[in-house]
Amino acid sequence: MSGTTLFGLCAAALVGLGLYGLICQPGALRKILAFNLIGSGVFLLFGVIAQRGGGVLALAGTGADGDPVPQALVITGLVVAFAATAIAVTLLVRLAETSARGTLEGDEPPAPESSDARRT
Amino acid sequence: MTSALVVDAALVLLVLGLALWITAARAAYGAAVGFVAYGLLLTLVWVRLAAVDVAMTEAALGSGLTGLLLLGAAARLAPYEADEHRRRPGTVLRVLVGVLCAAIAAGLAAVVLLLPDPAPSQALAVAAHLPATGLGNPVTGVLMAYRAVDTLLESVVLVPALIGVWSLSTEMGWGGRPGFLTPCRSGSALPLLARVLPPFGILVGIHLVWAGADDPGGKFQGAAVLAAMWILVMVAGLREPPPVSDRLMRFLLVVGPLCFIGIGAAGIRLAGAFLAYPEAYAKPLILAIEAGLTISVTAVLGLLLAGPPVPEPQYQRQSRRRS
Repeated sequence: MSGTTLFGLCAAALVGLGLYGLICQPGALRKILAFNLIGSGVFLLFGVIAQRGGGVLALAGTGADGDPVPQALVITGLVVAFAATAIAVTLLVRLAETSARGTLEGDEPPAPESSDARRT
Repeated sequence: MTSALVVDAALVLLVLGLALWITAARAAYGAAVGFVAYGLLLTLVWVRLAAVDVAMTEAALGSGLTGLLLLGAAARLAPYEADEHRRRPGTVLRVLVGVLCAAIAAGLAAVVLLLPDPAPSQALAVAAHLPATGLGNPVTGVLMAYRAVDTLLESVVLVPALIGVWSLSTEMGWGGRPGFLTPCRSGSALPLLARVLPPFGILVGIHLVWAGADDPGGKFQGAAVLAAMWILVMVAGLREPPPVSDRLMRFLLVVGPLCFIGIGAAGIRLAGAFLAYPEAYAKPLILAIEAGLTISVTAVLGLLLAGPPVPEPQYQRQSRRRS
């Protein structure tokens, strides 16, 4: 088994682990963390495919780099993932400030919505 | 070969161990600390996968800036964490979810093991056409020429993301300064660091952008380093974040995408397609877009971390309380 395959299996495990955290963790911040785990697993799968795709370069004798197309997509993905995480975290902090909870369940009546909570 | 495999296996075990910690840690703050270390280990994995450009982005963005964002949120949300543990799903449900997630992971692992050999690849096509762009780094070539639409949409999508964050301010807060990054206590070492480090950090960031044309690096990596320096200065309290109503700041946020769209539209006339570059000027045009995007991405990343604006009195109170 090559190192690349090993990283591929690692990526698969990361996706499974992240999915478990996303479903089973009650705290919304933990869900965001778990979602980032899934994302990094998917990016890593792209990296494995890029590394395998670089094999033709090695055969052609022009270098040992990976396939640049999936790599460029991962860079794009990382930036967008950061922006999405920033929005999610900001939404969550605002939710906690206005309703004094850090979970997404709506079974309890929310604390009286007030803009005073933010000012005090 | 085998020693490399041992290193890879150890790396994989460390990554999986940290991922387990992130999922299972009791406090969100501990999990966020784990996430920073996890990002740094992933950086090593990317280097092992011969993707140095991605490794730099992962270190600066995935580990550094995302880590800072999550640490800040964990600290703010800590008071509400106690009642989360009550809401944990029951054991049976957790086992069921665990089995199903393991099945998904096993399915993905099977896909990895059954990938076609030889692998399909665009690497030769990219290498064959790279000289036409005047660039030496194939990843930059893909980002700026062959898949320029992706990069354009990505740089544009950052602006609505920031608008989304800003629109979470209270009514009173609109037009004020972003409130997430309140200055640290005086007397800590951070202000000294924020005076010494940025000159070097800014140099490194600009070098990454400039060198990205031919060597690993590029605008996103450079912009992440530059944004980190700006955030360091804001957290240390040496400079306040600009108010969101600041017109110059708003112009800097959109100058990169505007530059990209403008040059792309000119391509319709000069080279026959949107985002096509006339061959003689490909390199200078790409450098101009990269410079504009660096400015905009730096500003967006810094302001995304700085959070929604708060009313001026509250901002002053927060700063006083912490200093």
